[in-house]
Amino acid sequence: MAQTRREMLIDPLVDNNPITLQVLGICSALAVTSSLKVALVMTIAVTIVTAFSSMFISMIRNHIPSSIRIIVQMVIIASLVIMVDQVLKAFAFEISKTLSVFVGLIITNCIVMGRAEAFAMKNTPLDSFVDGIGNGLGYGLILMLVGFFRELFGSGSLFGVTVLETVNNGGWYVPNGLLLLPPSAFFVIGLLIWAFRTWKPAQVEEREYKIQNVEAH
Amino acid sequence: MSDKPQNTDQKPQGFIRRFLALPSDSVEKTLFVALSLCLVASMIVSAVAVSLRPIQEVNKLKDKQINILQVAGVYDPSKDVLEAFQAFEPQVLELETGLFTDQFDAATFDDRAAADNPEISIALSDDPAGIGRKSKFVTVYLLRNEDDSIDKLILPIHGYGLWSTLYGFIALEANGNDIYGLQFYSHAETPGLGAEVDNPRWKVLWSGKKLADAQNELQISVTKAVPAAGAEYHVDALSGATLTSVGVHNLVRFWMGEEGYAPFLANLKAGDI
Repeated sequence: MAQTRREMLIDPLVDNNPITLQVLGICSALAVTSSLKVALVMTIAVTIVTAFSSMFISMIRNHIPSSIRIIVQMVIIASLVIMVDQVLKAFAFEISKTLSVFVGLIITNCIVMGRAEAFAMKNTPLDSFVDGIGNGLGYGLILMLVGFFRELFGSGSLFGVTVLETVNNGGWYVPNGLLLLPPSAFFVIGLLIWAFRTWKPAQVEEREYKIQNVEAH
Repeated sequence: MSDKPQNTDQKPQGFIRRFLALPSDSVEKTLFVALSLCLVASMIVSAVAVSLRPIQEVNKLKDKQINILQVAGVYDPSKDVLEAFQAFEPQVLELETGLFTDQFDAATFDDRAAADNPEISIALSDDPAGIGRKSKFVTVYLLRNEDDSIDKLILPIHGYGLWSTLYGFIALEANGNDIYGLQFYSHAETPGLGAEVDNPRWKVLWSGKKLADAQNELQISVTKAVPAAGAEYHVDALSGATLTSVGVHNLVRFWMGEEGYAPFLANLKAGDI
């Protein structure tokens, strides 16, 4: 691979972002971005799982039979996710209560699987590890951006610290309730993708088909 | 073992190496990889789960105890939870008779599991709280004064709101009629609307309200308008969360009624507890 390790780490942040360019991992981005603290823990969890699953898969990549390779990847990813879930329950109980099922659902996060299949199966363990960290951080960057808007305008706070005093608590700010609900993340992510592609036009995909003018008979 | 010299330097030695040397797509190798991976993964996962379980159990227990301390108004984050909780006396209550029972160990009795156990729970036909089955026994907590008289009663309550079952506690004064506080510790209501049941500004409204009037008629309500019974039996509904408020109204009335704690509270008032 012509990519240096540095590029592997930096590339997924903007130029090859798993959410905005590859449009993977959207489901969890909807669920966990209503507050920044939760989004941060989710980022860390996904980064760890992606990095280590890519590394382990890469370590045994020459021995994985292609007929069961997806299952092998899933077993490794699932084991890591269960471990992360157990550790959170033991040492960050409050946060694990808010994240509830979404830690378990990292298993189904397409980013983890995508990197295992697309990168770790063909590259060395160290490269795969760095690639996993990069993609986890790229995912986290978008999560934090979305979380910033949703928490600020939905609950008037950042990391739980009140910034805009809401009416419910005797202040002036009428919070936008929609931003606390999952669909709002779609809008925010959509706007982010638009912004990214305006900034970097190279990310705009070519149309797969063109509407042609058919001559009438 | 063949006698012919092999091209590769290392001849595969031993059981595992022989498998590793096989072509990846052969049936034997596929089975070998699948089996050994499952074995290794399951060993690691169970080792982690088993070794962390004690810490997790303590967390769960602490979480519940913090809620009990909070609803009783004695929670101090700087103090040790387990120690502060020693002030509370858990008791298993038989709802129907309204008396404490020592059939079960109060420290380990699991209310939620009991509601699913057909031997000690009943299916509800009239079910305003939307809970389906009701355990015949529940764990209640008593906070006693220094002279051993009861200071506060902490009673568990639960019922369906809009999206989820709300689990919580209601704290009553020793007379069994005045509400000291109400708190939910587990629910999944809409953030910003129904989830405002967690807002301290709403929870404080419960303090000082009365359950029943002088004729012992249950009057407590969570509604938009103040009912004829008067404001001392009324908690303002949450704006924008009609269905959650209706749920809370129904579940509080259910648990404070004949199906719930009414026999116990009657015993308490009669001085039998």
